Amino acid sequence: MFTLDHATLQSTWRIAAVHAPAAAPEWADWLRELGFLPGEPVRVMARAAGGDPIVVRVGTSTFALRCAEAACIEVIALTREQAP
Amino acid sequence: MKPAIVHVHAGGPLIALVGNPNCGKTALFNVLTGSRQKVANYAGVTVERKEGQYVRSDGKKLRVLDLPGAYSLNPRSPDERVTVDVLMGRARGEKRPDRVICVVDATNLRRNLRLVLAVKRLGIPMAVALNMTDLARRRGLAIDPDALAAELGVPVVSTVAVRRNGAEAVRALLDAPADHWQRAADTPVHAETVSVEADHDAVQRILVALKLDTLSPQGLSDRIDQVVLHPVFGMALLMAVLFFIFQAVFAWAEAPMGWIEAATGWAASSVASAMPAGWLQSLLVDGVIAGTGGVLIFLPQILILFFFILVLEESGYLPRAAFLLDRLMGSVGLSGRSFIPLLSSFACAIPGIMAARTISSPRDRLVTIMIAPLMTCSARLPVYALLIAAFIPRREIAGVELQGLVLFGLYVAGALSAAAIAWIAKQFTAGALPRPLMMELPTYHWPTPRNVLIGLLQRAEIFLKRVGGIIFVLTLLIWFLASFPAPPVGSTAPAIETSLAGTLGRLLAVIFEPIGFNWQISIALVPGMAAREVAVSALGTVYALSATGDDTAQALIPLIAHSWSLATALSLLTWFVFAPQCLSTLATVKRETGSWKWVGVMAGYLFGLAWIASFIVYRLAMLAGWG
Repeated sequence: MFTLDHATLQSTWRIAAVHAPAAAPEWADWLRELGFLPGEPVRVMARAAGGDPIVVRVGTSTFALRCAEAACIEVIALTREQAP
Repeated sequence: MKPAIVHVHAGGPLIALVGNPNCGKTALFNVLTGSRQKVANYAGVTVERKEGQYVRSDGKKLRVLDLPGAYSLNPRSPDERVTVDVLMGRARGEKRPDRVICVVDATNLRRNLRLVLAVKRLGIPMAVALNMTDLARRRGLAIDPDALAAELGVPVVSTVAVRRNGAEAVRALLDAPADHWQRAADTPVHAETVSVEADHDAVQRILVALKLDTLSPQGLSDRIDQVVLHPVFGMALLMAVLFFIFQAVFAWAEAPMGWIEAATGWAASSVASAMPAGWLQSLLVDGVIAGTGGVLIFLPQILILFFFILVLEESGYLPRAAFLLDRLMGSVGLSGRSFIPLLSSFACAIPGIMAARTISSPRDRLVTIMIAPLMTCSARLPVYALLIAAFIPRREIAGVELQGLVLFGLYVAGALSAAAIAWIAKQFTAGALPRPLMMELPTYHWPTPRNVLIGLLQRAEIFLKRVGGIIFVLTLLIWFLASFPAPPVGSTAPAIETSLAGTLGRLLAVIFEPIGFNWQISIALVPGMAAREVAVSALGTVYALSATGDDTAQALIPLIAHSWSLATALSLLTWFVFAPQCLSTLATVKRETGSWKWVGVMAGYLFGLAWIASFIVYRLAMLAGWG
């Protein structure tokens, strides 16, 4: 499973699923309500010094996410070359 | 779930504005209601409630409620819970709105329309205000309101809320009779039964039907972000912005603070000369005028700081600053969201503690409230200024002014100790998971003067009403303690020595002896509890100087420079870094946390910290031969 927190800067992906960590089950709903929904394109726009948190574009919105939050978002490649 | 308490409300139909955060909802609210707004709290929760009045073309008045922004009807913070409760008609003391205007960011339809669908299911007559249509058009998005209305089954109008005449279409809707608004659904569907995915699919279908399902690039905003969010340049820019704000808060406020001081002095001397000396004159001059003047003097600094915060907030920069600082704050167990409350605390801890409401994690909010008083508030400046002027030589060390260096060091000491306290709290309370950030970075906007001005006036009103009230009462209490019982006839000692405050001061001296404070300082610390800067004028009174305000500070400098040791002065400076947080801060903590326990914890740990730090500094200074 490839998750958004591992995506390189400025690469675009498609969301496959949103999983919540066992300790914070509400995160899945929260992320979905912000627009992190299967099928939506996502892109890592920036990374803070140290790599965490990151800035993510989903649809037309921009969000700052912790890596732990981005790790809930399973993504798949948009193009064949990109596939990990 | 709490039972609904329905109150009868006068004042005509209630219109609620709902929408995602950053959709321009408050701007629309400002355009519709202008200055006819009331800011208060929702019953039982510390969430800001904004109600305004809209006057229809036929003269009829409507109540307009600006609900907190929400991403969904599944609340994640106290703010969002209020929005959901009001819409469901189960908020305590709130009437269920008669009509709802769902404000939608036209540049962000996919996320915003999901909320429209959820609100529609509640069965309240509703309309959609398609906001920011000018920005959408610039991005090549031509949205036909009528076509969208046909898809949604509710009226849709275009607005540009940042322009004065940008809400004409909403006015027309509000002026039309209520039955013009379709009742969206006769049988409300329970919100939880519809999944986010189902709503997302429905929105997707609408967007495809309207040929709006393309993703437009956000050129300018993204280009700005390449600098602003850059790990190096972005951080440098943030530091420059913060430095500029600090300079402005102190430099720009100097003149208005002088005017307020002069006005207070003038009022005091007019009253003093207009009436005979006695306890009533003393109550008015030393109690009422000195007390309110002591609060008012910080208004310029607070307004300047809030001006910058509002401009940065409106423009979209503040969440980016929070992003940049998230890692740093995370290392002590906080999140970037704590940045704004702590920044505000440099002017005064009270607005800072109130700003902590925006932090969704209860633990983070509490820790932020607890460390807010460690940020050097402007009320500590007069005390620092007095002690530095008296004890730190005017000398340059390696081209840097020593006095300025000490002042800077005191600010740094406060911030570092706040970080240390947060870090200790992290060791005990933080779980394995980091706290959620999930923070939207809205596209950049030019701040509109009207919105900044309305926000500023509201801050000023809140500060004057709440803080003014508390400080006013406490100052009267301190005046009473320092004036009664009256000295025995023939006594030459100042009244304060025989008063309740004097007795208290001598009792306190037992505690403060080990850290080098004499009984005069101990007495001064008592009124210093009402407001820190009062300690300066209290010292003046104790040293029996018949001067007030600035004159006291001037005459006091040589006096304390002779009678205190350097060790005592350093110990007192250290004391003020940590301790005597004013009583109005504690009162605010009580209101915001709703418990006396946390007030006790805060007072206890700050006093403990102050005593230990002062003890160490005093003993070290004695060893260094500065006793």
